[in-house]
Amino acid sequence: MRNLKPNLLELVRRTSAELPDDVVNTIVSAATQEQEGSNAQYAMNIIQSNIDMAKLKSAPLCQDTGSILFFVRAPRGFDQLAFEKAAREAVAVATAKGYLRQNSVDSLTGKNTGNNLGPGSPAIHFHQHRGTRVDVRLILKGGGCENVGAQYSLPDVRLNANRDLDGVRKVILDAVIQAQGKGCGPGILGVCVGGDRATGYVHSKEQLLRTMDDVNPEPALAALEKDIVVSANKLGIGPMGFGGATTLLGCKIGALNRLPASYFVSISYMCWAYRRQGFVLNDSGKIVEWLY
Amino acid sequence: MIQLIEPYTEDKIRALKMGDMVHLSGLVYTGRDAVHKFLHEGGKPPVDLQNQIIYHCGPVVIKEKGKWVVKAAGPTTSIREEPYQGHLIEKFTIRAVIGKGGMGPKTLEACKKVGCVYLHAIGGAAQVLAECVTDVLGVSLEEFGSPEAIWAFRVKNFPAVVTMDAHGNSLHAAVLELSRERLKLLV
Ligand code: SF4
Repeated sequence: MRNLKPNLLELVRRTSAELPDDVVNTIVSAATQEQEGSNAQYAMNIIQSNIDMAKLKSAPLCQDTGSILFFVRAPRGFDQLAFEKAAREAVAVATAKGYLRQNSVDSLTGKNTGNNLGPGSPAIHFHQHRGTRVDVRLILKGGGCENVGAQYSLPDVRLNANRDLDGVRKVILDAVIQAQGKGCGPGILGVCVGGDRATGYVHSKEQLLRTMDDVNPEPALAALEKDIVVSANKLGIGPMGFGGATTLLGCKIGALNRLPASYFVSISYMCWAYRRQGFVLNDSGKIVEWLY
Repeated sequence: MIQLIEPYTEDKIRALKMGDMVHLSGLVYTGRDAVHKFLHEGGKPPVDLQNQIIYHCGPVVIKEKGKWVVKAAGPTTSIREEPYQGHLIEKFTIRAVIGKGGMGPKTLEACKKVGCVYLHAIGGAAQVLAECVTDVLGVSLEEFGSPEAIWAFRVKNFPAVVTMDAHGNSLHAAVLELSRERLKLLV
């Protein structure tokens, strides 16, 4: 596939410096909900200036450029190994150019690899499909918000949460309480009900690929998504945990089948610096569309 | 908006109250995990910290045409320094700590005793905050790696909120309690 490396480099640059429009619009409208002269409004104003400034300077929105998560949907016969090679090279160049911070540390020695490459970095999730197009999406997810993610196993006696959607609601709201402002809120939750401990977290991150206005096709989950945002915003945690009207900007929930014996709820918290971009390539490798 | 301008005297700091929005102008020293551990274990500070401000920040600083330029300078999570911070505030008479996410009871206690505040910067606002750094005056303990070193920055109109004051008030504790109370009405 031609030009894959420069295209991926541009994807990384854009993702690091520019928030997608749907996220910006949500932030702009949330800012109007905060009280005039409040700490919350102050935080939202600075967040908005930062979004504008990063785009203008083509510089990282946040200094923590996060885990590098690629999601690729490609037709049969697509060369995954070649993609992986191009992605790794693009990441190394992006790091040298300052689009990404040196952010990948050897867990045993504590040494920073200096180019964001190493076991597990970047992470690439491939899915095959029956079209001809290649759909590549990238999420950069920082450590502060990843640290406040949580996985619950229902029933949870402490929270009086049973194995039903009401129990799911209780644990999600508990995660929001635990996070307070520490994940650089206002946040966006990606949630998976079911799965195992590994697939649950992956699916929770895949929920973050959905746009803010995307409505869940499953009515019960669509209702829960709405309810979580409304309820969380009544908690008064607010931007940065300063207190205020906007604790969550959104919540997206998916479900996987589970074993009869387990019932996991996996929650990924995304900070306001919700860096997600993507494009579609045709079969000759040309970018035919920018997603988001 | 309150202008907090160097020198950082005890009076100025004690006059600040939880929830005050400030624009800070003057000298700040960055310091994160390695620096806090080093000082806590008795390491000699390479700069005089008395009446100064510590900023929990691992900046991206590069040299352009022989001059240091700050490319990103947002706050990092402060709670990791909770085991050390209170002790260091007392030992060196530190007047303010800047970071994000807030700190715990030991730090709050030291703030009260010494006359020190916690200033919450806006997490993620790397570009806005980098613009506030007008000068890089120097770097020490560079052997800890660039983000972990002590950078001396001169800042102008650096925006922050006083979330822990010198009178024992913590906005973090208050918001936590409020949100827990409200949750009871929702579940
Ligand atoms: S949580 Fe997000 S906004 Fe906050 S420091 Fe980390 S990446 Fe940046």
